Amino acid sequence: MTLSAFLFQALNGLSAASGLFFIAVGLSLIFGVTRIVNIAHGSLYMLGTYIAYSFATKIGGAIGFWGGIVATAILVGVFGALIEIVLLRRIYRSPELFQLLATFALVLVINDATLWIWGSEDLLGPRAPGLRDAVEVLDRRLPTYDLFLIVIGPAVLLVLHLGLARTRFGRLVRAATQDREMVGALGVNQAMLFTAVFALGSALAGLGGALQVAREPANLATDLVAIGDAFVVVVVGGMGSITGAYLAAVIIAEVKAICIAVGVVDFGYFTVNFSKLTLVAEFLVMAVVLIARPYGLLGRAQGQVRSIAEPEDPIRPATPALKMLAAVAFALLLGLPLLAQSSPYMLILGIDVLIAVLFATSLHFIMGPGGMHSFGHAAYFGLGAYGAALLVKWLAAPMGLALAAAPLVALAGALLFGWFAVRLSGVYLAMLTLAFAQIVWAAVFQWEYLTGGSNGVVGVWPTAPFDTRVSYYLLTLTLAAIGVLMLRRFLFAPFGYAMRAGRDSALRAEAIGIDVKRVHWLGFAIAGGVCGVAGGLFAFAKGSISPETIGVGRSIDGLVMVLLGGIQTLTGPIVGASVFATLQDTVMRQTEYWRALLGGIILLLVLAFPGGIVGALEKFFSRWKTAS
Amino acid sequence: MSKAGHILHLALATAFAIGMTNSASAQGTIKIGELNSYKLQPQFLDPYKKGWEMAVDEINAKGGVLGKKLEVISRDDGGNPGDAVRVAEELVTREGVTMIAGTFLSHIGLAVTNFAGQKKVFFLAAEPLTDKITWQNGNRYTFRLRPSTYMQVAMLIPDAVAAKKKRWALVYPNFEYGQSAAENFKTLLKKAQPDVEFVTEQAPPLGKVDAGAVVQALDDAKPDGIFNVLFGADLAKFVREGNTRGAFKNRTVVSLLTGEPEYLDPLKDESPVGWIVTGYPWDKIKTPAHNAFVDAYKKKYNDYPRLGSIVGYVTLKSLAAGISKAGSTDTEKMVAAFRGLKVDTPLGGIVYRASDHQGTMGAYVGKIALEGGKGTMVNFKYIDGASVLPSDAEVKKLRPAAD
Repeated sequence: MTLSAFLFQALNGLSAASGLFFIAVGLSLIFGVTRIVNIAHGSLYMLGTYIAYSFATKIGGAIGFWGGIVATAILVGVFGALIEIVLLRRIYRSPELFQLLATFALVLVINDATLWIWGSEDLLGPRAPGLRDAVEVLDRRLPTYDLFLIVIGPAVLLVLHLGLARTRFGRLVRAATQDREMVGALGVNQAMLFTAVFALGSALAGLGGALQVAREPANLATDLVAIGDAFVVVVVGGMGSITGAYLAAVIIAEVKAICIAVGVVDFGYFTVNFSKLTLVAEFLVMAVVLIARPYGLLGRAQGQVRSIAEPEDPIRPATPALKMLAAVAFALLLGLPLLAQSSPYMLILGIDVLIAVLFATSLHFIMGPGGMHSFGHAAYFGLGAYGAALLVKWLAAPMGLALAAAPLVALAGALLFGWFAVRLSGVYLAMLTLAFAQIVWAAVFQWEYLTGGSNGVVGVWPTAPFDTRVSYYLLTLTLAAIGVLMLRRFLFAPFGYAMRAGRDSALRAEAIGIDVKRVHWLGFAIAGGVCGVAGGLFAFAKGSISPETIGVGRSIDGLVMVLLGGIQTLTGPIVGASVFATLQDTVMRQTEYWRALLGGIILLLVLAFPGGIVGALEKFFSRWKTAS
Repeated sequence: MSKAGHILHLALATAFAIGMTNSASAQGTIKIGELNSYKLQPQFLDPYKKGWEMAVDEINAKGGVLGKKLEVISRDDGGNPGDAVRVAEELVTREGVTMIAGTFLSHIGLAVTNFAGQKKVFFLAAEPLTDKITWQNGNRYTFRLRPSTYMQVAMLIPDAVAAKKKRWALVYPNFEYGQSAAENFKTLLKKAQPDVEFVTEQAPPLGKVDAGAVVQALDDAKPDGIFNVLFGADLAKFVREGNTRGAFKNRTVVSLLTGEPEYLDPLKDESPVGWIVTGYPWDKIKTPAHNAFVDAYKKKYNDYPRLGSIVGYVTLKSLAAGISKAGSTDTEKMVAAFRGLKVDTPLGGIVYRASDHQGTMGAYVGKIALEGGKGTMVNFKYIDGASVLPSDAEVKKLRPAAD
């Protein structure tokens, strides 16, 4: 590769960096002030592209295009403010991360609404009036619109920087990023501030989406692509730091541009196609940065957020009544095959629900009592599933051996990744787990010879005596029950108390001699191992496993199940997983717009049960008891 | 924490875990299960759905098959293989369908293929292109309608050879479909033109192509010809950047699927003139069968057909023909009937080969041109799928496990 080619690719990287910066900067601002993990940020970005497309084609010309971009930013900003006022404001007092659930529902609703309004076809906007062509740079043609993007990114960064440094609003935002409770105590209207920041962040997302209208078609997959990129950039740059966001965007975009520029390289014995690395480049960057600099490039340690949610009740051992009920529930589930004679599908759904329960309970083990919000729990599900499936595929291992290997493979993975993850906390820990999950996903996806690549492994069916639905269901039920009870037992052992002590006050726990990191590390590994069982069961239940099944979507599903049930309760994940899995299965066959329906139902649940279903019911009944 | 609270949420958990009851099956209809990634690939599957709905209406208006009406129970497959297998099981066990059809993405098609083989359910894969469905992983119970990746590539090879270009660059989405298309292209072109040289390969992630950088990297390798497998949003980004940067000038570009209205129409005036593509020039095919199809489709939906419409329409027509020939919906009888089944389609007659269960539906190969600010195909010809498929003897070696 010549030097000029290399330099030119660096220019391409800069224009891509501006795009990434716009996706991420709004999210960074919003998170810095409100601490909301806004999954719907990508949806706002996608809306930006669609709205700008409508302006550019319906009005047309320079006014429709350029004026449309500005109008789009304003419209999306107003929409963001509405989301904050109508929805999020109602659940600020819920447990940490609960808002994530609401924004997840918004993703589903917004995606279907977009499909309904704009239709299913990809919509490619016109080229930008005035910037239709290319200029010669280094003997190559660089689109003038790319030049414009290279400039506009830093320009917006400068404006934002000045705004934050020089204006009163900017000072409030910075103050709230550092200590929002103190800002409230000093008499600042927090509600107004939150709304304003949410509107600004949304407007930036809309602007970013609108600016892409000349480069890529508006399409319904943009939301998830954008949100993935946005998280990475924000975390690499440091939460709340807009300069960091730009820096991170540049690094990631340049790494990708260079991977593409290098292309296929022959190392003699083997050839590597570096362009395939773009699949995982950003997550590799993120993992490296987080391990070296736990708060991102320009981030600072997060100010202690004194939670505005009500404090969590200590967990108590099961009462005799609860034990009785659990026994009855288990007996009912045991009897399900009898009921299922007339409708065998109940067993199939039952298997799926039980696997979801095991998955969610293991996630809750580290999220709730452990206080470690894993955004990458799918990694251990996947390691378990692939561990079992590959043993069957390559070594023709019997099913028992393969299933026994599933938790071991997952445990090994969790021990490795957990060692790094427990060194961080809060959202940085969450993002590092996400990065690891993406790396596992990419490895599975790329290592085609071993794992079957994107097609996955097929033909992993249970063997006798578990080759009937009834027997496989009973096997799943047994393993799920053992898994759930084992995790519960851990929580009431000294180990569990130590883990919670470390969550509630790391300093005090250390002071009484608990090695908090070590306890959390082991907790992480145990959860990973149990999750591996769920993965192994899943592979045999479906007869196949593929990368799609272990992607970000599954991690997010896990979060949704835990939050839906109630993160502060032990039965929460069981209820949450059962509700979510059953709901999804039911809703999927009701209507063409099943995503919107599912999102709508989750929104209703969020508003009706702040704190999760079990959490809210518990509170209701304890009030009712004290009142009577 | 109160006892009452516990009682209630355990009751809830149980109720949800037990799930829903099954529905009564309607009498006197033939139930067909259909599943597809409607939410993931709407641009192709919306027209597809319209296509099979039209076929069902036509068939039922003529009294159905074997004196019974057809009833299609359609489901979203959730866009991933795990959900897809559950949906397939649901269709079979809960809805009591006797056969299933559909799927779009290769890995989902493959998972359902495997499910069909394991549970002995008749499955007609409508759209997924991977060669493995009918070859390496093929089984007794699975048939496939659309021309496979291998077939589509083979259709383009004569034109690629005729272009007499030595240096080729490849660009493809980094998943099974893209990879196997690139492999097939390299193998087949090398065989036909031994002095060919492959100068670079770009494999961006599906849906996330960094178009500017990718176009530039291709351009820097100074190829004489480019083989493209990108489609959908990736294609639109790639084409716009390539046009602006002049990367397609004086180069032969051979491209899979680009002539399909689903992917070509969004490009509008940006359509890459001169590309040699496979596709479906719906407004220029003037056979009586196709005219009738287009007229009926336009009348029904007030919209023009895409390739998806054809695939959906022919899928259901094939099933109806199969049931009619089998004289029943019994799985083994259906398998026997589909082997060598002839079906009349708007694109001409097709056969489901007995040797590898592959349908011989073909595709149109031609050049992209601009007409009235919109992309279209010119100088196209229909290439019968049968003409590019390997012989029965070769296929036998490719299907080790199937009978």
